[in-house]
Amino acid sequence: MLPGKPVFLLTDILIFVLVLSIVSFFAYAMRKPHLRQPWGQVVRSRAGVISMIVLAVYVAIALLDSLHFHPVLENPAADSTEVQYSGEVISVFDQLVSGLRASTEKTYSAPFSAHLYAKETVQQADGTRVRVYPRLAWGAAHLEEPHTQKTADILGLALTGALKAALVWAVLLVLWALYLSARTARAFPVAFRTLFDGRSEVPWRTVSVTLGVVLLVLMVGAEWASKYHVLGTDKVGEDVLYQALKSIRTGVVIGTLTTLLMVPFAIVLGIMAGFFRGWIDDVIQYLYTTLNSVPGVLLIAAAVLMLNVYMSKHAEAFASLTQRADMRLLFLCLILGLTSWTGLCRLLRAETLKLRAVDFVQAATAFGVGPMQTIFRHILPNVMHIVLITLVLDFSGLVLAEAVLSYINIGVDPTMNSWGNMINSARLEMAREPIVWWSLAASLFFMFTLVLFANLFADVVRDALDPRVSR
Amino acid sequence: MIAYIVRRALYAIPILIGVNIITFLLFFVVNTPDDMARMFLGQKHVTEVQIEDWKTERGYHNPLFYNADAEGLDSFKETIFYTKSLRLFVFDFGRSDSGRDISFDISQRMWPSLAIAVPQLLIGLLVAITFALLIAFFRATYIDYWAVVICVVLMSISSLFYIIGGQFVMGKLLRVVPISGFESGIFGIKFLILPVLIGVVGGIGSSTRWYRTIFLEEMNKDYVRTVRAKGIAEQTVLFRHVLRNALIPILTGVVVILPLLFMGSLITESFFGIPGLGSYTIDAINRQDFAIVRSMVFLGAVLYIIGLLLTDISYTVVDPRVRLG
Repeated sequence: MLPGKPVFLLTDILIFVLVLSIVSFFAYAMRKPHLRQPWGQVVRSRAGVISMIVLAVYVAIALLDSLHFHPVLENPAADSTEVQYSGEVISVFDQLVSGLRASTEKTYSAPFSAHLYAKETVQQADGTRVRVYPRLAWGAAHLEEPHTQKTADILGLALTGALKAALVWAVLLVLWALYLSARTARAFPVAFRTLFDGRSEVPWRTVSVTLGVVLLVLMVGAEWASKYHVLGTDKVGEDVLYQALKSIRTGVVIGTLTTLLMVPFAIVLGIMAGFFRGWIDDVIQYLYTTLNSVPGVLLIAAAVLMLNVYMSKHAEAFASLTQRADMRLLFLCLILGLTSWTGLCRLLRAETLKLRAVDFVQAATAFGVGPMQTIFRHILPNVMHIVLITLVLDFSGLVLAEAVLSYINIGVDPTMNSWGNMINSARLEMAREPIVWWSLAASLFFMFTLVLFANLFADVVRDALDPRVSR
Repeated sequence: MIAYIVRRALYAIPILIGVNIITFLLFFVVNTPDDMARMFLGQKHVTEVQIEDWKTERGYHNPLFYNADAEGLDSFKETIFYTKSLRLFVFDFGRSDSGRDISFDISQRMWPSLAIAVPQLLIGLLVAITFALLIAFFRATYIDYWAVVICVVLMSISSLFYIIGGQFVMGKLLRVVPISGFESGIFGIKFLILPVLIGVVGGIGSSTRWYRTIFLEEMNKDYVRTVRAKGIAEQTVLFRHVLRNALIPILTGVVVILPLLFMGSLITESFFGIPGLGSYTIDAINRQDFAIVRSMVFLGAVLYIIGLLLTDISYTVVDPRVRLG
């Protein structure tokens, strides 16, 4: 149950619709041997399982961050007996990391630092004023003498985190081995050994090692983050780790919703063009050639400019800043989809043209099956692999595109956490002395990890699903 | 051949009209000239008179499609669609909202864009083909495996990282080249080194991987096996046969982007302060100068269509089996 009044943002709803449809697709695919076979190949590849685990962590954070609500006010007005809700909108993820969210400093501070980045004049007890680096309000505040105790404290926290990770890891592995032994009717020790001997069909050893590493990073990170600013703070003193984690949702939403929004158009138009040919084909080809000839960045720029004008004119139409930023995100997905559906549409048209001439489709037509039924029964299932490949292949490109677009101010709303916005505000700080590198490094690292594993996953999926790749 | 080119050129006309209508809808219908005037003059304290003046000065005072006040043909001519959009067909871009001649600006700013884009393309192509050929030579070994992994890693790094990192290391730490700026003439080369280098490094991952696939596909063909069976050395097979045939898809892939090189790169140019068309566009976006953005959209569409036409022609040039009809 949410500790407050739920808020349904449009992107939240769409992202859960997407999750539901993916889950139901897999539930369906698992029952069909010909659909299960390629996914079995994905699970059997080492790169496949590693990237799946890492991506799962990212997606989990994004999903937790997509459950929004108005929190209950801590100290409501005295004269009311009803529960009062705050005007701000936060997510379940915010609630989980509320420590990070609240722990703001005055301005920049380096990772793990106990002091501010800039010197300040501080009045001492005897009335004299000195210029010192003041202590942080929150980071390393539990230490008396930071410069002597800090290293030991950080190592101690890391050890605690590692122990917790090991515990969770062991429990998970035992549970999984129990499940395996029950399913394959083997003794527990035998099942447990298959998790590590590297000879199983599904690479269990890789799974357990990756899981261990991921747990270690998460647990040690959580321990550190409870006492320090692990990745420092930014100009207004916000924790950089928190910003980077919040940006995950933006990246995942752009990467997935864009494709989700364009797929219906591409499927309908692509299959229609290929199946009916004639003037329908001409019109649809004209449509996508025209859209394709407008340079993508300029089309996005023009559309976002228009949106800015529209939003400043209709400022009252949006209930809150969060909703406004959310609309802009959704609009960005739409417009990115508009510039990218043409590629998929062309592929689908070509594939439909090919399928149309294949014997079983010809036979269906000869038996008097109507065009709609032929499309749903014979064409659509046979082009779905192209749609799935596009979905995973486009993901990483879209995440990278978001950063570039935000840099030229035509990306997501400036108030929204995104890696592009982080880079954009951090790049000027490179000129400072000593340089403020942590904001930039954090956003680039988080983005790199997501894109790298998405790329690896896309490769495995393409190899598994594309019938042209010889196995 | 001539007939084909003429037919394709004619086919481009409806597409350009379509592009024109899209830009027109985006710029004038969704966002009326009144809004533009308010945006330009500042939101608050703008009188109707000021708005009318601003619109008259820039020719936005006419109705959108049909002018009921004018006589005969003029009722179509004295409209925004005619004066602002149809003029684009004869490459008459008019004046920007800040009053400068757009055509002149484009002709001036084209050269810096080309100075970056052409060397970047050529060096990038050369490097990527060399690497891809090397990887193809070592196919199915650990070298191949790790080279592909490195390519994927390079692909996964944001282009912003290459630019910021490159500027920091080369310009600030090592002080080899200036961080940004531009100068025409032979001494301007020192300004070009860094952006070209970064452009090449940034694109190397994906292009090497792509070319590797093309080479490997070519190597699996029957004629390569026959050549090998004849006892020809592997180097000769690669350079004489595989490279030449694989160049067909590579070059035709390059031809389509050739005309777009004029447009420059938005990101590179604005980071390095190069006065090319890319930074021109970005400045226009940031200043919300709609006349410039509209012109660039149209120019980009024209160049893209030229690129498509060139691609078709280049197929017949490099591959005599292809006949256009």
